[in-house]
Amino acid sequence: MTSILRQMININKTTRISSLTYKQFLSTKSDDPIQSHIGKLVKSNKIVVFMKGVPQAPRCGFSNAVVDILNIHKAKFEAHDVLIDENLRNGIKEYSNWPTIPQVFIDGEFIGGCDIMLELHRSGELDKILENNTQEKPVA
Amino acid sequence: MMSTASKCVENCIRAKLQKRFNPKVLQLVNESYMHNVPKDSETHFKVVIVSDEFEGMPLIKRHRLVNTILTDELKSGVHALSIVAKSPNQWKDEPVESSPNCRGGFGK
Repeated sequence: MTSILRQMININKTTRISSLTYKQFLSTKSDDPIQSHIGKLVKSNKIVVFMKGVPQAPRCGFSNAVVDILNIHKAKFEAHDVLIDENLRNGIKEYSNWPTIPQVFIDGEFIGGCDIMLELHRSGELDKILENNTQEKPVA
Repeated sequence: MMSTASKCVENCIRAKLQKRFNPKVLQLVNESYMHNVPKDSETHFKVVIVSDEFEGMPLIKRHRLVNTILTDELKSGVHALSIVAKSPNQWKDEPVESSPNCRGGFGK
């Protein structure tokens, strides 16, 4: 009897732990209004940039470089200034699990920061990514 | 009080990367002086790292790996970390250009 009880308690514990983990998992992305807001932002345009300052007047050299690269490729993009919104500044780092600004998203997917954009630009890979980017997606 | 030129964070970053990657090349440049921070700050770094481990690894994964190793530093004061991560095959021994100049956003 005792062993059955013990088993039941153990099962109960396990269930509780897994449901907690699940809840924590949910709360990190969809329950948090900032995270769900960012989730919509990154998909609101083909190319979305989170930067310091605005494209016409970047307030950080790394953000400026990303804007320059996208301009060289004549890519249209939507930009969000993290300096005017502390929640966005911290939230975007959590969203992409990336510790620094700027951050570039293409088709809702995190591409990287300044170093990666620079490398993709130099290697010619950015052309390919942007080419795919402007093409219509095939209907499945 | 911040001890001047103690290079505390710099040494820590160097030690962690050395231990984790056993790199063929490891250069660490404190670029904080280029930014709007007090003298001898340790806030902005550039790391150049060449390791066998990066062979065949996508760029974003290399960066994520380095960021993960330095999570504590990035949470506790290191504000910018510019990364050049290459495999020995990709590495040409030429000077890496310095990062873009500050445009005043730091500290805002």
